[in-house]
Amino acid sequence: MLMRRRFPVTALAAACSILAGVPAWGAHPQLSREDAQWLARITYGPTTETVDEYLKLGRRRYLAEQLHPHDIRLPPEVAHPIAALEISRTDAESLLAQARSEHQRINALSDETQKQEARKALNERGRDLAYQAARREILLALYSPAQLQEQMTWFWLNHFSVFQHKAHTAFLVGDFADHAIRPRALGHFRDLVLATLTHPAMLLYLDNAQNAVGHVNENYARELMELHTLGVNSGYTQQDIQELARVLTGVGIRVNDRVPRLEPEWQALYRHEGAFEFNPARHDFGSKVLLSKPITGAGFEEVEHAVDLLVAQPACAKLIAHELALYFVSDEPPQRLVDRMAKTFRKSHGDIAEVLAVLFESREFEASLGKKYKDPMHYVISTVRLAYDGRVIVNTRPVLNWLNALGEAPFNRQTPDGYPLTEAGWASSGQIARRFEIARTAGASNAGLFNPEDGSPAASTGFPQLAGPAYYAAVEPYLTTSTRTALGRASSQVEWNTFLLASPEFNYR
Amino acid sequence: MHRRTFLHGLALAAPALMTAGRLYAVPASSPRFLLVFLRGGYDCANVVVPCSSRYYYEARPNIAIQKPVAGATEGAVVLDSDWALCPALRDSIAPLYASREALFIPFAGTSDLSRSHFETQDDIELGQPSQARRDLRSGFLSRLTTTLSGPASIAFTDSLPVVFRGATDIPNISLKGVGKPVFDERQSAILTDLYAGHHLQTEVTDGLALRQEVGRELQQEMQASARDAVSPKGFELEARRIGTLMRDQYRVGFVDVGGWDTHVNEGAVEGALANNIASLGRGLRAFQQELGPAWRDTVVVVVSEFGRTFRENGNRGTDHGHGSVYWVLGGDVKGGRIAGEQVRIERGTLFQDRDYPVLNDYRAVLGGLFASLWGLSGEQVQQVFPASRPVDLGLV
Repeated sequence: MLMRRRFPVTALAAACSILAGVPAWGAHPQLSREDAQWLARITYGPTTETVDEYLKLGRRRYLAEQLHPHDIRLPPEVAHPIAALEISRTDAESLLAQARSEHQRINALSDETQKQEARKALNERGRDLAYQAARREILLALYSPAQLQEQMTWFWLNHFSVFQHKAHTAFLVGDFADHAIRPRALGHFRDLVLATLTHPAMLLYLDNAQNAVGHVNENYARELMELHTLGVNSGYTQQDIQELARVLTGVGIRVNDRVPRLEPEWQALYRHEGAFEFNPARHDFGSKVLLSKPITGAGFEEVEHAVDLLVAQPACAKLIAHELALYFVSDEPPQRLVDRMAKTFRKSHGDIAEVLAVLFESREFEASLGKKYKDPMHYVISTVRLAYDGRVIVNTRPVLNWLNALGEAPFNRQTPDGYPLTEAGWASSGQIARRFEIARTAGASNAGLFNPEDGSPAASTGFPQLAGPAYYAAVEPYLTTSTRTALGRASSQVEWNTFLLASPEFNYR
Repeated sequence: MHRRTFLHGLALAAPALMTAGRLYAVPASSPRFLLVFLRGGYDCANVVVPCSSRYYYEARPNIAIQKPVAGATEGAVVLDSDWALCPALRDSIAPLYASREALFIPFAGTSDLSRSHFETQDDIELGQPSQARRDLRSGFLSRLTTTLSGPASIAFTDSLPVVFRGATDIPNISLKGVGKPVFDERQSAILTDLYAGHHLQTEVTDGLALRQEVGRELQQEMQASARDAVSPKGFELEARRIGTLMRDQYRVGFVDVGGWDTHVNEGAVEGALANNIASLGRGLRAFQQELGPAWRDTVVVVVSEFGRTFRENGNRGTDHGHGSVYWVLGGDVKGGRIAGEQVRIERGTLFQDRDYPVLNDYRAVLGGLFASLWGLSGEQVQQVFPASRPVDLGLV
């Protein structure tokens, strides 16, 4: 009977190592509990490669490389499928232009059936492009050696959240993630604000594309202050929102390739880059007062001025420091740590890597290890990383389905506040039950992760062996007795996998 | 309704622990309460239309809902001499209003002036005085649950909403898509043991138990829908399932519906808002039908964080405003009327020259409703809404 239970229950593995006189995985190293938990926080979860890299470099150098990644080498099985994506080969401007011209063509159709079908096809195309963007984010989160940069890319995508189902935003989310956010994820905060402010995805999502003199739309202005820079109740007023909305008039999207016909004195003030444009003809050149500071009508310079003003506010440093600490330290981050981070934010003019260095080198961070509940993104990505280690998945749809089922899919937050960063947002009874069900699916089969997306036959089948080298190096040594007991009660490898993925140790980072 | 006997009945009822200790057997007579939260700030002025206001038609040249024509079979429906119900609710909510099972409270809302969705939603769900330092871990339905000594409460949402945060662990389950339970009893027991002594123990236990419960409850629905030619979709399906669970097991429920933030092209008789509001109306009727006779003991309140600007904006939409219109529905409500403080709507009466004022504070209105519905003492109402002045609008 025992012989037929071939799954490596920990007790069985322990027995083997006693017999052989060596650890279960030969000479493979084990991390100390503290190192294992540290690595689980800096990355999306342990793999053999990250463990080896960490041991090779040591904590200091490993952190330095994560904070300042350079020469990022993706495995070819990851680099090739990403390069093959249409969104990697076509710029956002062309994609948006396609969507718009098709939209116009559809509106001109007289046959209602044709119209319906063409609309469906256009929506389908948007869905496909948004899927490509999600696929790229998932692959990079799983396999980029710049794991911290990937976590920070997610973090800022969430901070500057856009929703794929608003207007033509789906055509733009890939560019938003890869060009506006990722290159600046560890850079300067001001650059992120300006990059998102001028990105067509944000301009569409929060309606600033429609904000023009005489037709003011204050949606983006409000969220820019409330969510992106200052935080609610930080002292600005409804009047400030209206003034900022006026500053932002004319910041929009180019309708076609042509520069609009403008009065001569406005021509020099016209700006565009990609699909973004600043159109002086739509701008309110009157003077404004923002946060008690006068802003003279000058065109796009006003916007840069306003952004400088916003990011220099102490409230902005506090907001960003607090949010980073929420994500990386604790649901109730120690005030002293947040204060130190905010101070560094102000001193360094919003240098994100510097602020993060303060965080990661703090005693508060050390004390928090292993106590942060994984949000669905961390949960799902760490599951796949542990289950298949360095073996690159072929199909990202199951991963996206799990994220959808758990309510945290990329570009899918309808409201601009982004997904919650605390345990209370993810650990209700209904969410835990659903997570356990996904633990079972992920533990019981390969869930289609190795079925090519073009529908050609699958390369392999069967369920994952979670008890691999990464598990023995960074998970197994630190399981509690109650988890070991539960694992010992598993009646099959599949059940063992499920219980491990459901265990408290695996659900916290 | 036997409101005043309810607390007494609860005290006598031995709690029949089914699972984690929270699915109590509830006395059959106790009222049910469902709070429906329209997240995004629905444009109330285009749903419950101030059709006697000339200024309404001036302020909304492109998106106003045309005045009702008495006796017409389409278009807006007359509510009284000042108000009309939008055409999208003609078949669902208008009949309930006609049979006095629905009423509306215009100029309702909170004193929060941030005009932020998130801030104002939290403000309402916390239900605490705005000026005081608020306890972010205490929502008013959670306090109601505690005050009523634990009627079975539940959130029909993906995550636990702020309104149910608090000392009592309230279960949640989304009824948008529910399949068969995945784990058998042995597996559930092992999974539960993994969290023995952990601070998530209750959530784990409840989550697993609730899935089994709901799976059993919805077996019937699946059998029924197998015979149905057309099965309901979207909120209608969800609301029908909520009806099943509230009829049989739960007494205090919460559900939210999104998609109301109509800054651009919100439409009028047709369009984005009309589609969403029609779906809401169909859902509430489905809920009513599912409850059957239990509808008599049920009250549904529909709220939203704020109203929208009274004038349309430059994009045929509306921006974040202030006062809203709440709905109260139920088999035994004193319906067929417009309730609460009112003011004539003209430019001069708009709040800050842009929005509906708030004349009916949500804490006062709901506190008054809860007091009559469950026979709460003044002190008990204060536990639910601290430092509030409940107003009895004679809603039930």
